[in-house]
Amino acid sequence: MRERLRTAAVVLGLLVLRRRRPEPLLPAEQEPIVPEGSKQPRAELLALGLLLFAVVCFAAFVAVYALDRLPRQTQLLGLALGLGLLSLAAALIVTAKRLVVTEELEDDYPAFEHPEEQETIVRTAEESGSRLTRRRLFALGLGAAGGTLGLALLAPLASLGPVIDMNPFYRVPWRRGRRLIDEDGRPYRASEIDEGTFYTAFPEGADKEELGSPLVVVRLRQSELDLPPENAGYAARGIVAFSKICTHAGCAIALYRTPLYPPAEPKPALVCPCHYSTFDPATGGTVIFGPAGRKLPMLPLTIDRRGYLRAAGTFDGPVGPSWWGVRNRGAKA
Amino acid sequence: MIRKLVRFIDQRSGTAPFVRKTLRYLFPDHWSFLLGEVALYCFIVLVATGTYLALFYTDSTADVVYHGPYVPLQGQHMTEAYRSVLDISFTVKAGLLIRQTHHWAADLFVASILLHLLRVFFTGAYRKPRELTYWLGLTILTVTLLEGYIGYSLVDDLLSGMGLAIGNGVALSIPFVGANLAALIWGGPFPGTSAFFPRMYIAHVFLFPALIAVLLTAHLSLVALKHHTQFRQSRRESERKIVGVPTFPGQTPRSLGLLLAVAGLLVLLGGLVQINPIWLWGPFHTYISTNGAQPDWYLGWLIGALRLMPSWDWTVGNYTLVPNPFWGGVAFPLVVFGFLYLWPWLERKVSGDRAVHNLLDRPRDAPWRTAVGVAMLVWVFLIFMAGASDRVFVFFGISYGWQIWVYRVAIFVAPPVAAFIAHRVCVELREGERVEQGRERAIAEARAEGGAGEPA
Amino acid sequence: MRRRLVTVAVLAGALVLPLGASAATPAQVERGNHLYGRYCLSCHGAKGSGTPNTAPSLRGAGALAADFYLRTGYMPLHEVGTQPRRTRLLFDEGELQALTAYVASLGQGPPIPKPRPSRGNLAEGMHAFTDHCAGCHQIVAEGGYVTGALPPALENATDVQIAEAVRIGPYVMPTFSKQQISDRTLDSIIAYVDYVKHPDDRGGWALGHLGPVPEGLVTWLIAAALAVVFCVVIGKRLRRT
Repeated sequence: MRERLRTAAVVLGLLVLRRRRPEPLLPAEQEPIVPEGSKQPRAELLALGLLLFAVVCFAAFVAVYALDRLPRQTQLLGLALGLGLLSLAAALIVTAKRLVVTEELEDDYPAFEHPEEQETIVRTAEESGSRLTRRRLFALGLGAAGGTLGLALLAPLASLGPVIDMNPFYRVPWRRGRRLIDEDGRPYRASEIDEGTFYTAFPEGADKEELGSPLVVVRLRQSELDLPPENAGYAARGIVAFSKICTHAGCAIALYRTPLYPPAEPKPALVCPCHYSTFDPATGGTVIFGPAGRKLPMLPLTIDRRGYLRAAGTFDGPVGPSWWGVRNRGAKA
Repeated sequence: MIRKLVRFIDQRSGTAPFVRKTLRYLFPDHWSFLLGEVALYCFIVLVATGTYLALFYTDSTADVVYHGPYVPLQGQHMTEAYRSVLDISFTVKAGLLIRQTHHWAADLFVASILLHLLRVFFTGAYRKPRELTYWLGLTILTVTLLEGYIGYSLVDDLLSGMGLAIGNGVALSIPFVGANLAALIWGGPFPGTSAFFPRMYIAHVFLFPALIAVLLTAHLSLVALKHHTQFRQSRRESERKIVGVPTFPGQTPRSLGLLLAVAGLLVLLGGLVQINPIWLWGPFHTYISTNGAQPDWYLGWLIGALRLMPSWDWTVGNYTLVPNPFWGGVAFPLVVFGFLYLWPWLERKVSGDRAVHNLLDRPRDAPWRTAVGVAMLVWVFLIFMAGASDRVFVFFGISYGWQIWVYRVAIFVAPPVAAFIAHRVCVELREGERVEQGRERAIAEARAEGGAGEPA
Repeated sequence: MRRRLVTVAVLAGALVLPLGASAATPAQVERGNHLYGRYCLSCHGAKGSGTPNTAPSLRGAGALAADFYLRTGYMPLHEVGTQPRRTRLLFDEGELQALTAYVASLGQGPPIPKPRPSRGNLAEGMHAFTDHCAGCHQIVAEGGYVTGALPPALENATDVQIAEAVRIGPYVMPTFSKQQISDRTLDSIIAYVDYVKHPDDRGGWALGHLGPVPEGLVTWLIAAALAVVFCVVIGKRLRRT
């Protein structure tokens, strides 16, 4: 029994591994389409080796995938699959370069144009309209119907969003009396706002993710404050608040540079990290560097009897990046 | 065996004549003709990996609290979309490999399209009768840029959220209709309604890929119908005769080899080089941001333009005519793509060349085209580099404000200078060739006359 | 043998640390005074009184600030008005302690903090870092840019230095009070900063955690370059020999 199995294995191995002399597929007198090339047994062996390596890699990929909790599993998976693919690619390239005949043939470029066919098409189109008496009008009718059909098909796209109503772009949740709260919902007291640092505040009871919600709040020394007349009274004991959304492209202003030793260091400024628009909190949020084309919207503040910070009104302008109507009217609470 | 199969298929489809012609279709010989193929193979890898990712991604912006295996994010509020990509990276086996391969494939896809475009431009391959092919290719590039942007935006990590905010700002800045358009796309002011992510998702996994596939089919059909262009490498190539290797057996293993090589490279990168580690960026909220946020490389030219623009909003009374981001985010790419689309027509107008071209120019053969192309390239590249000036400051200490001013000057000065140099180089190279040819001819003539010595 | 060495080191540390941290000897202060006269006096003035428009007063700065500026090499500053940078330390350990002791003796200032990041919570730390620090220092603390200054990367910052910097707000950095960032939150932030020095890079080669810029470089210098190599290898077809 064992003897027989061994013989069978040897025979099978010989069958697979032996070099087969290809039988002539065509009768000898017929000219070959692909010219015959010289034999390249070494290149053939190389290609076979590469294929074998690819097989090993792909099997390894499956094995690594099947294992659990392997350190660096992503790297091993990538290595196995990537090397397998590259090895297969190499085998094909060896095949292309050494194992198939690289013919260099000539062919005609296709004709640049086909005048007869063009003529036939034109005549077919023209002659098909022989029964029409008002051709122009008919064409106009077709065009009008097609155009309005397009319009009708596009019209429902207006349901995607408020296409005419621009009110949402002016609306902000800040209105007179709203308290400033922190990210965890705790209201800010004026006394806890220090100089030389910045705070992020939200309107009490509103959606934090809305563009009109987040504020950046800082306290400046009274001597530093230089608010323009239209922002007079916006500060409460040196505390000023601005929309945290940059007026250039809408990123959050999460940078406050504030000199520890003012005479020798750059003056306080709010900076957007996307395109480095830089705003001066002391002058009501004017642009002092970078591409922003509008000052930061400022929120007037008051301090209530219990010491909490509250909005004394709404922003002095719409929040967020500029658009065609951004200067037409103010922010709406 | 083969015979039986061929007979079976032909009898049932009648495609034998077509297949016979296809097998002997010729591919002219030059490595640069394969750049477009690299792009095609990146697209195939993108579709394959993207399909896998789509099986796990959730397009919802509903607020959830993270309880997954990544400790620094545990207990943080985030959108379902972001959590699903965290899960792809941490809990789906092989998920991170596929995700990173997808991202690298996207980066290489655009890069290879660009290389292909440069080859086509500088060799004049877009000329009659291949203008349509060229325009289709440009359209594929346009759609691809949008597709890539939406792709990394879908993750909803801190970087992609900031990218979306900027995209919204750019959309708003379009004169007269910007806000209306942005309201349509986002369903309202930023960050948009809950419908916005599903919209991006359907665009990313269906609308845009389908569009790219259709454009690609048309692009490749036109290439095949008009046959490839070729360089004149010997006396055999001409405007009428194409010389090349047939599809089978010469080209097929080569193209398959390239497909597998590109796929292997991308998978290796996907496994070994970390790309967009979204767990490190954290979730996005409108009120937070990080320093050093950048878009993927193929949108870097736009952020550069946005940063270079001085602080202008053009207004007429209270009406804001042109908000600032329009210049860098819309006008600049419009100029670049407008130039590319119009170029075949412009060149024909100026040169008066209306002939059919199957033979390619070498860049030196068309000094003016090369000069204009180099100028355009230098212009875009400088603006691209300006987008990385903050990182240059961090690494090399060159003042940011100073760099911005240098770039503002350089983008006007450098392109003409580069054009002049490119033109001179082309002319000189050709001059050198002419001298060389003259010398060879003289030697040949001298030999023919029976003279033994070379002319000095 | 090794274990004994470790034991000795631990004992020595236990003996030295409290001495260095709090109880300054008069001899140390005297030595500090001497060093102060040599290296600091020209700007910060006699007994830390400060010089208008040049250098702030050091009275009340405390051991906390002195320890921070000296151990980071921020001071002595080579040019007034420029951003202090991390440089080679000018002083050895004894001199550092002496100078710190001297500055602390100039007024009632905060002592050197003793952060315990092991008490902190990584998730809370990442959250707080995102809110307060990422705008300038970048979300993975790789450093960044703010107009007029260069927020440094935090890879070389020690736990104590982070705790000190948060309370001081050097150069143009904000100063965070205990009310704004409690010691507990500070521990979490430090735990996070320590974590991101070697974060979970399960994706492979981390490219400095800077995102798209190095990724673009890899795309072009590795991926696109290799793709071109493939094209050249495959496109060459053994012709015209």
